Amino acid sequence: MNVLLDNLALFREGFLGTLSLTAVSAVLALVLGLVIAGFRVSPVPPLRIFGTLWVTVLRNTPLTLLFLVAFFVVPKVLFPGINSFVLAVCACGFYTSAFIAEAIRSGINTVPMGQAEAARAIGMSFTQTMRIVVLPQATRAVVPPLSSLLIALTKNTAIAGAFDNVDLFNIQKTLSNDGYDIAMIFVWITIGYLIITYAINGLFRLLENRLEVAR
Amino acid sequence: MSASVLFDAPGPKARVRNVIYSVVGSLALLALVAWVFLRLSDKGQFDGALWDIFNYAGIRENILDALLSTLKVFALAGVFSLVFAVLLCVARLSDHKPVRWVAVVFIDLFRSIPLLITIFALWVGILGHMTSMWALVLGLTIYNGCVQAEILRAGVNSVPKGQAEAAYALGLRKTQVTASILFPQAVRAMLPSIISQLVVTLKDTSLGFMILYPELLYSARLIGNNTPVNGVYPLVQTVIVFGAIYIALCLALAALANWIERRGRRAKVGIQPAKAEPPVEVTKV
Amino acid sequence: MKFHKTAASAAVILALAATAACGGKSGSAGDKPKDQTDEKALPTYEVAKKVDVDSPVLKRAQKRGKLVIGAKADQPYLGFQDQSNKKYSGFDIEIAKMVAADLGFSPKQIQWKTVDSGARETAVGKGDVDLMIGTYTINDERKKQIDFAGPYFHAGASLLVRKDEKELKGPETVKGKKVCSIVGSTPLQVIKQPKYGAKVTELSKYSECVSQVLDGQVDAVTTDDAILMGYAAQNKGKLKVVGKPFSDEPYGVGLKKGDKELQKAVADALKAHQDNGDYKKAYDATLGLSGSKFKQPPEITEK
Repeated sequence: MNVLLDNLALFREGFLGTLSLTAVSAVLALVLGLVIAGFRVSPVPPLRIFGTLWVTVLRNTPLTLLFLVAFFVVPKVLFPGINSFVLAVCACGFYTSAFIAEAIRSGINTVPMGQAEAARAIGMSFTQTMRIVVLPQATRAVVPPLSSLLIALTKNTAIAGAFDNVDLFNIQKTLSNDGYDIAMIFVWITIGYLIITYAINGLFRLLENRLEVAR
Repeated sequence: MSASVLFDAPGPKARVRNVIYSVVGSLALLALVAWVFLRLSDKGQFDGALWDIFNYAGIRENILDALLSTLKVFALAGVFSLVFAVLLCVARLSDHKPVRWVAVVFIDLFRSIPLLITIFALWVGILGHMTSMWALVLGLTIYNGCVQAEILRAGVNSVPKGQAEAAYALGLRKTQVTASILFPQAVRAMLPSIISQLVVTLKDTSLGFMILYPELLYSARLIGNNTPVNGVYPLVQTVIVFGAIYIALCLALAALANWIERRGRRAKVGIQPAKAEPPVEVTKV
Repeated sequence: MKFHKTAASAAVILALAATAACGGKSGSAGDKPKDQTDEKALPTYEVAKKVDVDSPVLKRAQKRGKLVIGAKADQPYLGFQDQSNKKYSGFDIEIAKMVAADLGFSPKQIQWKTVDSGARETAVGKGDVDLMIGTYTINDERKKQIDFAGPYFHAGASLLVRKDEKELKGPETVKGKKVCSIVGSTPLQVIKQPKYGAKVTELSKYSECVSQVLDGQVDAVTTDDAILMGYAAQNKGKLKVVGKPFSDEPYGVGLKKGDKELQKAVADALKAHQDNGDYKKAYDATLGLSGSKFKQPPEITEK
């Protein structure tokens, strides 16, 4: 019996589960990461402190522990009855946002100082300097690390499958209960992950090339 | 570029504005914190009895045992992954095409598979019988070995070409050049990145709970679920305590990375160590 | 950088204070688990001497002087581990002690190992544990991978809900409701069918399902009534068990496939202790306290 053909629907469900969790938490992580990176370089001290704390705490906590918080503490204390997909997105998204914030910050650091100085000299404000001069240039330096961060995110979503979320890792448990050969199950699941990670890789290569031309 | 370039030294107007932002920002943060605290206290999570469980010798020993199990796996996986990384890196830089290709494929493959799946597959017995500890150690070794190998390779590539050429000119063999010229400098240059990756290794030991290895997170789950106090499960409390332990361990390692970076920067000879940022290009987070 | 260092050292000190500096109060933390077992009423089992069974698993256990038994750690009244002293208690644990005694191992010579539901076949098949005794339902799927001795108890799937729950009364009322159970458990497969139509949540531990139902994340937990009664008794006034059992779950002792001699020895041990009254005494001192009524021990079919 062939594991893949017999359970095509299940595999599709798992694949889409991984894909959607990755996509939604990637968007959340990118937005949050940008905001936090902005906080970290902003002139307002409390925001800077908040940014630093956010990054320090999230980067030094295992994602698994965050999932425990998301699934067993948040519903108990803050939001009872919340959807488990939302919780998984929050855990993955918040965690990755800390790393993305750091990547963006180091990207900002690669923009030559003269650029910002020139922008300041012609009278641009902080937001204008960031939006018009610094961030567009920082993007180029940020793209390669972003691609590996998003690949890491894809892989991390497997941890959500170990909790309650239908994804590629999760369906493995169902399948091995049905008595299929475990090695074959893992081969197909691995291929599923490889498809997603290589797609992200390719997408970012394209993006890199385009930005290269624009220089 | 330092952040200070992004904005002027504030004038009187800007200073007022900044104060307003500061106050509003602080208030917003305080409100958030206060809200969480209120919710926690609403649910009786600050009840002393719930925290009292950590005053018991038995629970402390339990946590200590778990901490030691975590550190044991981390130590083994850390050492093995570094040794494995050196081997992989040598293979990756080999003059023989087939060897190089095998290394490339291996590294690429295992960096793309979720570590959780590697560990789980090893434990279920893809490679024969394995206890949960060794499955965890081996899984961490394979994955982190691949990442560390790429870090090392970046280090080797950062050594100026002239160094290797000079060594060859002196009549050293390839092994000698690699062992006594390239690697020492590569390791020194990449030490902060290597340690940052070790932090990742440490965090990933927490995946052991999936395969029943009694590490910190496993023990956290059992304590949270098995020690109800007056009918309330102390999940919040255990998460806070165990979170603090993990953060402390990781920060201690990160502090080591920073210290080494600063020490390295003081030295005037040799190539500069990389910054202690995590090697984002190659790191799984 | 300064901030980093200070934070790091402060946190390290905190961690060390919390763990390394052992000492502190003795005894077990949290609600006293003594309500779960009536220590005084527990029978003691006579340890057999010179056991000679032609079983490779047992031979290895005798050589190492320890019998490794897989158990559950989070099921009150059945298989529960007090986290303060790491002691196990419950009905399954008593069954394990009976069997071990007849195989020539005193309770001190038992090495317990916590095994979650989803990992049981793997643990037994790989030889991580010699015997698996933890609410282990005998069914055909599992019999392909391992052997059972027993059954020693019959449970049936039921539903655990919050005390104020009005709509959920049994398996026929779960349509569209969120029901939690553990991965691959049999009641979950049943309740998923279109006939019942529940939305399911799969976690790795029942205790986690219980906290989800307490938090309102799910509406019910489904598994064997014996397990659910234990949780209901642990959370008096908050949870209740509803509905008639909708499946039959015969509990057995899991052991390595093909070890016929060991299977027979375990089955004989179960039978002997059922006949001499130890079984009922152990039941009354553990599971009986949760409110489950005593049932006559079942006929042993797997032997």
